[in-house]
Amino acid sequence: MALKQNRSILPGFGLAMGITVAYLSVLVLIPLSTIFLNTAHMGWHHFWSVVTSPRVEAAYRISFGASFLAAIIDSMLGFIAAWALTRYRFIGAGILDAIVDLPFALPTSVAGITLTAIFANNGLIGSLLAPLGIRVAFTRLGIVVALIFVGVPFVVRTVQPVLQELDPELEEAAETLGATRARTFARVILPAIVPSVLTGFALAFARGLGEYGSVIFISGNMPLRTEIAPLLIVIELEQFDYRAATAIALVVLLASFVILLAINLLQRWTARTYAL
Amino acid sequence: MTRKCLFGVVIVSLFLCGARSASAATVALLNASYDATREFYRDYNAAFVKYWKAKTGQDVRIEMSHTGSGKEARAVIDGLDADVVSLALAYDIDAIARRTGYLPADWQSRLPNDSSPYSSTIVFLVRKGNPKHIKDWPDLINPGVSVVTPNPKTSGGARWAFLAAWEYALKADGGSEDKARQFVRALYKHVPVLDTGARGSTATFAERGIGDVLLSWENEAYLVINKSAKGQFEIIYPSISIVAQPPVAWLDKNVSRHGTTALAKAYLEYLYSEQGQEIAANHYFRPVKNPTGRYRALPFIKTFTINDAFGGWSSAQKKFFADGGVFDQIYQP
Repeated sequence: MALKQNRSILPGFGLAMGITVAYLSVLVLIPLSTIFLNTAHMGWHHFWSVVTSPRVEAAYRISFGASFLAAIIDSMLGFIAAWALTRYRFIGAGILDAIVDLPFALPTSVAGITLTAIFANNGLIGSLLAPLGIRVAFTRLGIVVALIFVGVPFVVRTVQPVLQELDPELEEAAETLGATRARTFARVILPAIVPSVLTGFALAFARGLGEYGSVIFISGNMPLRTEIAPLLIVIELEQFDYRAATAIALVVLLASFVILLAINLLQRWTARTYAL
Repeated sequence: MTRKCLFGVVIVSLFLCGARSASAATVALLNASYDATREFYRDYNAAFVKYWKAKTGQDVRIEMSHTGSGKEARAVIDGLDADVVSLALAYDIDAIARRTGYLPADWQSRLPNDSSPYSSTIVFLVRKGNPKHIKDWPDLINPGVSVVTPNPKTSGGARWAFLAAWEYALKADGGSEDKARQFVRALYKHVPVLDTGARGSTATFAERGIGDVLLSWENEAYLVINKSAKGQFEIIYPSISIVAQPPVAWLDKNVSRHGTTALAKAYLEYLYSEQGQEIAANHYFRPVKNPTGRYRALPFIKTFTINDAFGGWSSAQKKFFADGGVFDQIYQP
């Protein structure tokens, strides 16, 4: 046995690796590399003037800002939802569990139209907020609301299995050793779930950056104020300017890659530091 | 969305391939069109199918694809296998000609009236009783007036509306390029929401309750009036507007490959027939000619054409809507 240490117990490594590389190439790397090739034709000067124009810069700020904010809120809401679903038994838990996944299944344009109808000044919730001077639909707040909607399930679904694995007896042990509730949470629960919350955060953030369908209905799409980067890409395409579109996309692609890489590193670091 | 689009295109073309080979007896024709023609072509297709059957004995099935005009043009460029296109403005068909060579550059001279079998114009749709007293273009920039119109970069209807506003300010007393620039800048300051297409703006105005006035295709405005509770909205005709000509064309390369050349031509020529014109008029388009008031008559409005005012679509597109053009300058801080 010792001699065969390198061999995996499961057979078929070669085949599995082959399929992985093939699908990554066909579905991910080749399409993405065409973005690089397309922008390579346009020359540095043109590229730079496209991606630094005020409208594009504003769209980047809005897209990254709203996605980041939404992902943070998603992480909190998602954690609480996962906690409620794993730690408490109550009637309807199964149904609630299924509802969490609905945003995955719902076409995002349906979500966008519904959220807009509800949050518009004459809508169900919007009409309650309007007297308070809070406007959601057609503002940046609306973008964040839409992104929270599509992002929460990512956090719930990444945190939930970890919480399920986390033995409540650990918490009881901490309590019997005299730890306060806050201390138990900070020293026992948090370290175990931080890596999964970070994964959920990264997924929700990435999804938010790319989200188009739900946002364009609720954002109002005003240049410099509520226009997101994916919409600008579509606008460029509709002017048949494929190069400008790919230039804008390339910056989003590179920035998301860097951010996701950073989150992955952070996640590894926390997993090591907090290792139980 | 783009990916979804492409995916949709693939699915649609697969369906069409399947449909074409499955039923050899019935000939299929795909018409790629824009948002505001759904209701019109539903009626027109039924009439044409009957006419063609009576004339040739051949069964024909017309399929439709509708979305924003620019998006539809891009779908065709990316491979949507359409036989004919009927889009919101000539520039989008020019783009197909330039990028694919599916049809010659002079396509617009192949059918009468610049290949536009019907026209429309841009009008104002206001709320019941017109509480903000909007009568003409300058009223749109009165304090407290909120205007709904889609993004001219993505919507054909919005481009017609922008050009109408520009030309009004240019031709008004003491008008000039600078005045026109100031006017459109002021106008778009009154726009709280820029949807990507005409149908989106209509929903924002009529269903979300946003805005005091909608700059709308005339036929779309009547559609709203007919579909909503009586008296909820009113149509206002400004002192001058643009002749919005949505043109049609067959795509030579596609029809010769499908063997539908004669059919596609007949399909478009029939739009100019008495029956085609009547159906268009019933859907609140303006027929090419309406000499004896044979068709439904829409109120008279003073209009100008894009060729007279702007020297055609290519130069208008370049000056106003290209990146860095007049529309972009409006939003520069």
